[in-house]
Amino acid sequence: MSLASRTFNQSYGQDMAILRTKNQWVILLAFLAFLFTCPLYVGNTWLTILIMIGISVVSVHGLNILTGYCGQLSMGHAAFMVVGGYTSAILCGKFGFSFWAAMPCAALAAGLVGLIFGLPSLRIKGFYLIMATISAYFIISWLFHFQLPVDLTGGIFGRAAPKPEIFGIVLQSKASYYYLVMIIACLATVVTINIVRSRVGRAFIAIRDNDLAAEVMGINIWAYKLLAFFIGCVFAGVAGSLLAHYYGWASIEAFPFMDSVWYLGMLIVGGMGSTTGAILGVVAFRLLDYLVIILAPIIAKDFPAIGPQAAASLSLILRGLVIIVFLIFEPRGLAHAWGFVKAYFRLWPFSH
Amino acid sequence: MTRLLQLGITGVSLGVIYALIAMGFVIILKCSKAFNIAQGHIVMIGGYLGFTFLVTAGLPLWAALLAAIATAVIMGLLIERFTLRPLVGQPILAVVMMTIALGFCILEGLAILIWGGEYKVYTGALPAISLTIGGIHISSATLFTLILAVIVVAGLMLFFRYAKIGLAMRATAEDEQVAQCAGIKVTTVYAISWVIACVTGVVAGILVGAEGGVQTQMANLGLKAFAVILLGGVDSIGGAILAGIIVGVAETMAAGYLDPLTTHGGLATIFPFIIIIIVLVIRPHGLFGTKHIERI
Repeated sequence: MSLASRTFNQSYGQDMAILRTKNQWVILLAFLAFLFTCPLYVGNTWLTILIMIGISVVSVHGLNILTGYCGQLSMGHAAFMVVGGYTSAILCGKFGFSFWAAMPCAALAAGLVGLIFGLPSLRIKGFYLIMATISAYFIISWLFHFQLPVDLTGGIFGRAAPKPEIFGIVLQSKASYYYLVMIIACLATVVTINIVRSRVGRAFIAIRDNDLAAEVMGINIWAYKLLAFFIGCVFAGVAGSLLAHYYGWASIEAFPFMDSVWYLGMLIVGGMGSTTGAILGVVAFRLLDYLVIILAPIIAKDFPAIGPQAAASLSLILRGLVIIVFLIFEPRGLAHAWGFVKAYFRLWPFSH
Repeated sequence: MTRLLQLGITGVSLGVIYALIAMGFVIILKCSKAFNIAQGHIVMIGGYLGFTFLVTAGLPLWAALLAAIATAVIMGLLIERFTLRPLVGQPILAVVMMTIALGFCILEGLAILIWGGEYKVYTGALPAISLTIGGIHISSATLFTLILAVIVVAGLMLFFRYAKIGLAMRATAEDEQVAQCAGIKVTTVYAISWVIACVTGVVAGILVGAEGGVQTQMANLGLKAFAVILLGGVDSIGGAILAGIIVGVAETMAAGYLDPLTTHGGLATIFPFIIIIIVLVIRPHGLFGTKHIERI
């Protein structure tokens, strides 16, 4: 890791620190202060976007651990969010749990289901694993839609998920829910950073780079692959629970299959195997959506022939193009580009 | 017994369509080592092309088929040149993500943009020929599917056996570097493999569309065809055809006999996904695929 000039590591503690210099602390605190005062000066539209960013960040961190760090491609991330969302809604709505007890249970349930569908990963990888996880989505959504008892899941209509409550205050307003989402997103980020720089994270990276070599080196692939699935799906479960309680409703429609594709897309755009990248990718994708919302009416007015479907198709095509462009021109994602920006300012004004 | 045979015939007709879709995938995989997840969306575009040429343009069946195939050729060339060619030599994830973006975003977006993503029907477009043998009714769509599929498969077999470029493709599938040394232009082979995949996909799309109409959800057919691909072994064309018929029959049988047993039905829709999981757990290289041995 390159440091700013005149900064030297003098202890292992300094070497391991995430935030090394005073400037980094200042920037982080300023950013957090901005983040947690946002509801005071942004409107409802932006608050919605920020809440969606927060929830997606949690989910994409999970996918990043699973796919970006451990190299297990998953296209069933939405399925594990379904499990999380439904578990939390059922526990709150039917069994009278409070949200704070239901969310960890939802995370655990999603993690356990993830373990089951992670089992094939012991024998297969790459494309085959994508197939297994796609199947997982369709099987899980079918189970929740049709097969599980209707008084639990609410069948095809889904199930109401009451708003969380803390010290007798119901988080009914968007602003209050925003704080909840952002606190959990920040926690998820800290947890992710610390997982990936621990022994577990290094094992994941070794498995991603070459699983046979990792096994020869004495890494228990069996345990670590399943652990990656468990951790990734726990994150998905938390995100699913947050999303269900945000909508106030848990249903399959809240977790469409395409979400799994978008989460992978966010990871590609942000940069796989980078915590910063996961956040940057989510933000870029959500801002792209907002751009489409602004652009669509203008295009619909100028080209009446494609008017009605402009928004839907434009959002799809634009997202696809962004993913394709990043795959071809910047496979390491925004995190890589961000690294260049940081390097430039680290040496500024004497960069060359 | 009649019911069993009737379900069997319907299953075979569905299975043949699965086999067509799977063949496109297998040919691309064999030639260029690229996993094409967009195959289902190519099928969907094919269905819409059938609607455009048969209903909107009002062409006769043979002309519509030719026009759709010509469009498929152009589509295949464009896809290969602009999305897959820049990724030659990239890791598998990049290629898979590219085909995902291509199918789920670009092709689906185009379908919504051009055709509004609406449900379109052109059932009357096929010649009305139907048979009834011993109480088993074979609809014109089924008959037509079987005939056209046989023509496509036979054509491909002849192509791979006698055409020069077909031989080049088999050589490339065998060993890319040796083929290149022997003077085969591998990029052309890649392009042709995409063209063939697009043509079989579009033909399958027209067949499905002629029977039940076309909508954007038709792309899920491609996901289901993955059960066929995995069961047959990802790199076996013969396996794809056989597995297509097995899965088609199994799905129809599941719909006919098992659905009444589950509470809300719909088992048939996820049956292929259950097959995928079972195949991946028990025998990941499928019935006829080559077992992949890894070395460091």
